[in-house]
Amino acid sequence: MNRKKPFRVRSLFLILYLLFAMLPIYWMVNMSFKTNSGILSSFALLPREFTWDNYITIFTDRSWYSGYINSLIYVALNTVISLTVALPAAYAFSRYQFLGDKHVFFWLLTNRMTPPAVFLLPFFQLYSTLGLMDTYWAVALAHLVFNVPLAVWILEGFMSGVPREIDETAYIDGYSFPRFFLTIFLPLIKSGVGVAAFFCFMFSWVELLLARTLTSVNAKPIVATMTRTVSASGMDWATLAAAGTLTIIPGAIVIWFVRHYIAKGFAMGRV
Amino acid sequence: MSQYVKPVNQKAWWLILPVCICVAFSAVIPLMTVVNYSVQDVISPTRAVFVGTEWFTAVMRDEELHSALLRQLLFSLSVLAIEIPLGVLLALSMPSTGWKSSAVLVMVALSLLIPWNVVGTIWQIFGRTDIGLMGRALYMLDIDYSYASNPTQAWLTVLLMDVWHWTPLVALLAFAGLRSIPDAYYQAASIDGASRLAVFRYIQLPKMRGVLMIAVLLRFMDSFMIYTEPFVLTGGGPGDATTFLSQYLTQKAVGQFDLGPAAAFSLIYFLIILLFCFILYNWMLRVGTQDKGAGHE
Repeated sequence: MNRKKPFRVRSLFLILYLLFAMLPIYWMVNMSFKTNSGILSSFALLPREFTWDNYITIFTDRSWYSGYINSLIYVALNTVISLTVALPAAYAFSRYQFLGDKHVFFWLLTNRMTPPAVFLLPFFQLYSTLGLMDTYWAVALAHLVFNVPLAVWILEGFMSGVPREIDETAYIDGYSFPRFFLTIFLPLIKSGVGVAAFFCFMFSWVELLLARTLTSVNAKPIVATMTRTVSASGMDWATLAAAGTLTIIPGAIVIWFVRHYIAKGFAMGRV
Repeated sequence: MSQYVKPVNQKAWWLILPVCICVAFSAVIPLMTVVNYSVQDVISPTRAVFVGTEWFTAVMRDEELHSALLRQLLFSLSVLAIEIPLGVLLALSMPSTGWKSSAVLVMVALSLLIPWNVVGTIWQIFGRTDIGLMGRALYMLDIDYSYASNPTQAWLTVLLMDVWHWTPLVALLAFAGLRSIPDAYYQAASIDGASRLAVFRYIQLPKMRGVLMIAVLLRFMDSFMIYTEPFVLTGGGPGDATTFLSQYLTQKAVGQFDLGPAAAFSLIYFLIILLFCFILYNWMLRVGTQDKGAGHE
């Protein structure tokens, strides 16, 4: 590629941005190795009394670490369901015209436009009636409200970038729709699937209101467990910082796995 | 690519049916409950009186709501004006291959993965002049900084926090869009002797149109519904400088437990977001098609 000249300016910009992005995270990690009094008493770039206590609390207290497991289960469920239903729909939107297609497409997104607080009471009633309260399914299904429309929109954008000649050639060559979709089309939109999967994971992972309302004990997510650190006796800053640091890790692993799909994408395909 | 007309195929409905069922189950049914509440005065769980549009009229006349709405609009537009260009710039400067690309990708995405209440808490400490890195740095620069007592600074801190938190979303979308441009386009451009700017304007920008549209709409609606971060950071203060719409709604719905007005308010809230998204969407569609005419050889 012939883009060498502005290289230095861009690297400088990138480094400055990364610095800006990492500083608050550095501060959080820094806090997680301090004691509460260490955090509040004085300004220190590095912990004066380095301690693992906050992490030990989280890993030895069942109510803490089960939060991570619960979150991972419903987030995984939600991501898989979202992508499975969104893939064929996005294909339909990008390839065909049908009655009300544009309206349905925009309507899908309108479901993201309601503040989750609005849904609290209705969801509570709905899932109580169905007997799904305090299960992984309740949260996984509730989070479909904002993840499915997002997945459809992202995937449709990427699918529309694939030339339609590819579909036609495949059908002429005698491929059936499922076989064409799985063996030819999906590899072509890997970057889109990677991005969509990551965003579904991310939005479901950090959502607090719905997850907290629909669970009490058995499926209590980590984001809800964290609110425990705010109590009458004051904030437990150090444990919260440690828990926050740990919540980044699963997502970082997810993005590490999908990074190739995001970075390579269509340009490296066989077209 | 030629201007290809999509074939009409009503059977495509079968492909989108699963999505419609999922969304109907988890959005339409609850939304109908809200509509139901908005026209009633819920006195007790078993007693409710039909009041028609009374709540809507009351909410529309609410002065506090008007100022919250203005604050919200100003905030959301500032968010768009900063995050979209910054995200695109960031995507353009991210390396595309090698371990550096992976490392940068992961580092950029980190801020998205922190639960929102933790984001607020971190910035709460981060901005304190006695024990926080940013507050301390500003203090050293002789700036009289306090997000807790100065309304302008509180507002700017919330904006900065949002930029820090959400620019990666724009950047990741734009980056994935950029990566999906076939090399052939760049080769053609270099044969034509196109400048960097021309490559950006006529190849990269039109190709990123789809993902940028998603990014703009997402950032608009999510910033319009921002709740947790400013609530944790400033609690809406000082005064009402950072009381945005959703916090006002929650005060009504949870604080005073007025189901009727709260439901009416959420419907109006929803319609406002819908209106703006509709305008943005159609505007971007139009701008996009004009680009297409110019962008394709």
